[in-house]
Amino acid sequence: MKNINKTSDQYKKIVSKKQPPITKARNIINAFLVGGLTCIIGQGLWELYILLNLSKDNAGTLSTLTLIFLASLLTGLGYYDELGQFAGAGSIVPVTGFANAMVAPALEYKQEGLIMGLGANLFSVAGPVLTYGMVSAFVIGVLIEVFGG
Amino acid sequence: MAEKLTGQTIVFQNPPRIISHASVVGKDEGKGPYGKSFDLVYDNAKCGKASWEKAEKKMVSDAIELAMGKGSLAANNIDLLIGGDLLNQIITANFLARDLDIPFLGVYGACATLVEGMALGAALLDGGFADCTLIFASSHYQTAERQYRTPLEYGAQYPPYKQWTVTGAGAYTLGWLGGEVQLTQATFGSVIDLGVNDPNDMGSAMAPAAADTIIQHFIDLQRGPQDYDLILSGDLGEVGKSLLIELLLEKNLSVKKKLQDCGALIFKGLKGYGAGGSGVGATATMLGSMLIPRLVSGELKRVLLVGTGALLSPVTVKQNESIPCIAHALTVEKIPGG
Repeated sequence: MKNINKTSDQYKKIVSKKQPPITKARNIINAFLVGGLTCIIGQGLWELYILLNLSKDNAGTLSTLTLIFLASLLTGLGYYDELGQFAGAGSIVPVTGFANAMVAPALEYKQEGLIMGLGANLFSVAGPVLTYGMVSAFVIGVLIEVFGG
Repeated sequence: MAEKLTGQTIVFQNPPRIISHASVVGKDEGKGPYGKSFDLVYDNAKCGKASWEKAEKKMVSDAIELAMGKGSLAANNIDLLIGGDLLNQIITANFLARDLDIPFLGVYGACATLVEGMALGAALLDGGFADCTLIFASSHYQTAERQYRTPLEYGAQYPPYKQWTVTGAGAYTLGWLGGEVQLTQATFGSVIDLGVNDPNDMGSAMAPAAADTIIQHFIDLQRGPQDYDLILSGDLGEVGKSLLIELLLEKNLSVKKKLQDCGALIFKGLKGYGAGGSGVGATATMLGSMLIPRLVSGELKRVLLVGTGALLSPVTVKQNESIPCIAHALTVEKIPGG
């Protein structure tokens, strides 16, 4: 590094000046719109299933399943990653994001075989969510058991 | 015989020539401003193969076959094969060499691999250890993305300064007869790390390494930007390029009008590619399809090609390590009267 006499901090300051800014306001609006739209579609499906004489419970389950199916289909067709680039958290947070996180590695690792490829890597993205989902569920369960009576 | 300078630069006494070359790219690169210059454009990045990795290997094997054909070379004319790629254990290069009955040196310098290989190949020629070497390098969007980041179809949001791995392979034969450009000097860089640890911003990580090698090249040869018609960096992208300009300006070296970047050029004018292309495929294809034609036409006479590599791995990223980087430089010149 004899030709560049800069400390890491000095350099990082120049870097942050040269990086194009991340447009936070626009990202938040996009996330709200896409996340909100996903919820509206979910609600619409629920209303539709109620009209078809399903019970409230079944209509809820079926509308969730429909959203998961649609997100999986869009992932398979190669559109969900493009939606993600636009929507950010708006397409990651809803259940559709979870579907994408499962289908994307499934497609990806298929070429390494069904067992050691797909099977071993299916949870490579969603794994942390499941792990810490279960850990927090356990902690909450213990708390309820101790204090909830 | 080559002469070793006190610094980091070799001056070739008998400059080896690039006698033939070929570049093969994917669909997106084919849509870019240099799309028509590449020898072969694949519409489908899987190239009819069962896996992305096999597809990358197919692209390299096409590039090698084309380059050998253009130079009318058979496998027994080539003394040594030097090549590498971005995948773990450089599998593209190693598995490709399995199919060819030619002695092989696998090299890894991330996106500086091509320039590293060319400099080594040229040094072996100048040293009298070989009469013909074939150098190749490749990168592939799908294979690199699945190794370094997340599954391809996963909907993560990337920052606007992220670069896109170029799907492309290039092959170059070096020898004494034929060709219109020669390699005259090579500067080997040292590994530099100024603490950038964002794997989405490799241009910023690599700019100091590029600056260091360029400055060293100028010191060793007592030259400056005025001695070159163009300085062509590998894959700094727009962000890294502007950082390199600033770092050199601090040393009173003004390169703003002379600096271009293979990564920034290959997707220029196309939307959705962040700060431009990255990956050794950028240098490996643009050298043959953009730079050499401009040298041959006489538009440029002497160019400094600077291959830049970010030496990170998916493991070091998870361990929050910063990104060590390297840059090697090679002077490419039109052969006088050639």
